[in-house]
Amino acid sequence: MQQKIARRDFLKLAGIGGVVFASGLAGGRNALAADQEDFYFVQLSDSHWGFEGAPNPDARGTLPKAVAAVNSLAEQPDFIVFTGDLTHTTDDPAERRKRMKEFRDIASQLKVKQVYFMPGEHDASLDNGAAFQEFFGKTHYRFSHKGVNFIAIDNVSDPTASIGEAQLQWLKEELAMLDKKDKLVVLTHRPLFDLAPQWDWATRDGAKAVELLMPFQNVTVFYGHIHQEHHHMTAHIPHHAAKSLIFPLPVPGSVPKRVPLAWDPAHPYQGLGFRDIEAEAGKAALEITELPVLKA
Amino acid sequence: MTNIIQPLRTRRQIMLAAAAGALALTGLMRVASANPPAKIIRISAKRFQFMPSEVRLKRGEEVVLELSTQDVLMGFSVPGLKLRSDLVPGKTQTIRLTPDQAGEYDFLCDVFCGSGHEDMTGKLIVME
Repeated sequence: MQQKIARRDFLKLAGIGGVVFASGLAGGRNALAADQEDFYFVQLSDSHWGFEGAPNPDARGTLPKAVAAVNSLAEQPDFIVFTGDLTHTTDDPAERRKRMKEFRDIASQLKVKQVYFMPGEHDASLDNGAAFQEFFGKTHYRFSHKGVNFIAIDNVSDPTASIGEAQLQWLKEELAMLDKKDKLVVLTHRPLFDLAPQWDWATRDGAKAVELLMPFQNVTVFYGHIHQEHHHMTAHIPHHAAKSLIFPLPVPGSVPKRVPLAWDPAHPYQGLGFRDIEAEAGKAALEITELPVLKA
Repeated sequence: MTNIIQPLRTRRQIMLAAAAGALALTGLMRVASANPPAKIIRISAKRFQFMPSEVRLKRGEEVVLELSTQDVLMGFSVPGLKLRSDLVPGKTQTIRLTPDQAGEYDFLCDVFCGSGHEDMTGKLIVME
């Protein structure tokens, strides 16, 4: 773990590392499968490429700055995940593809070339994910890395914010192949639980996915959509929402309307950011460190 | 809260079936044909607004919400009352309800419909 400690020290000394958050329950809560290696990955979310408006006067500059920030990390992550709303929605299919191409060009500047993309409703809900799949491939899939299993769930290609029976069946079959003691990370866009249904912060059949995940002892969900850091437990399963790369949204239910928080010229990019997530062998909890787009 | 959701065209024919569905949802049974004529409130959706966006109801007074969309597929959802319906172009959906608690209940479009989707909200205000 020498490398990891050096990286954390660097983040701290450089003044860019946020509070380290231990995902899940503290302590050696569950047995773990033995063959995992240490690594870390980065989660980026909700860049809304193509958005224009007062909530972010540097809308075209923020994503490139985030890419530069990731590239400047002293130790590069093993891979990067992007949990949806890569682009801002548009009715024009040609414009949607133009935005996706521009987004992909910017993301290609990342030093780390292993990037897993997921759609958000802005990318996929108006065409059932057709354009997204042309540029980024499948909208739900499974992969494993150094002993940790990852599953990406698509709860946006159906505009009703549903996973759907076909994908739930796929999820059930994929999960049946895994050891319930293995570390399992679920990646998705919308919350799988009813965070704030009155703000459309929910997945209509998300409870069915959570039910399928329940037998797994070491499962963690990372998602986007709500443009802020948020942590929630459904029984033993932690769910962590990421900050966005375009504008922050209010704390759920804190104000009558779900409108973007105003840009603060005195503190540009405040409330925006990304996170690194560390999977340490023999340790059930994942360590989350929030990182800003720009150093304060 | 008693509610019945059904297509307007077949309302009479499926009244009993719909009432049974409402029973399953709410645990309450109400024989619609025994009710006096309910007040009808029309709510129309179009990208990206509901018209009207504020609806006032009286506690204990049965109403029928007639819901429609002028352009694309929408959703009408009132999470606080556990009511929702898809709004399909060319069709009218009805929700029959008798609010039994005063208060304000947000409604929203819960089917993603474009760049102003997040602004499609409204409020049911149930008065004493």
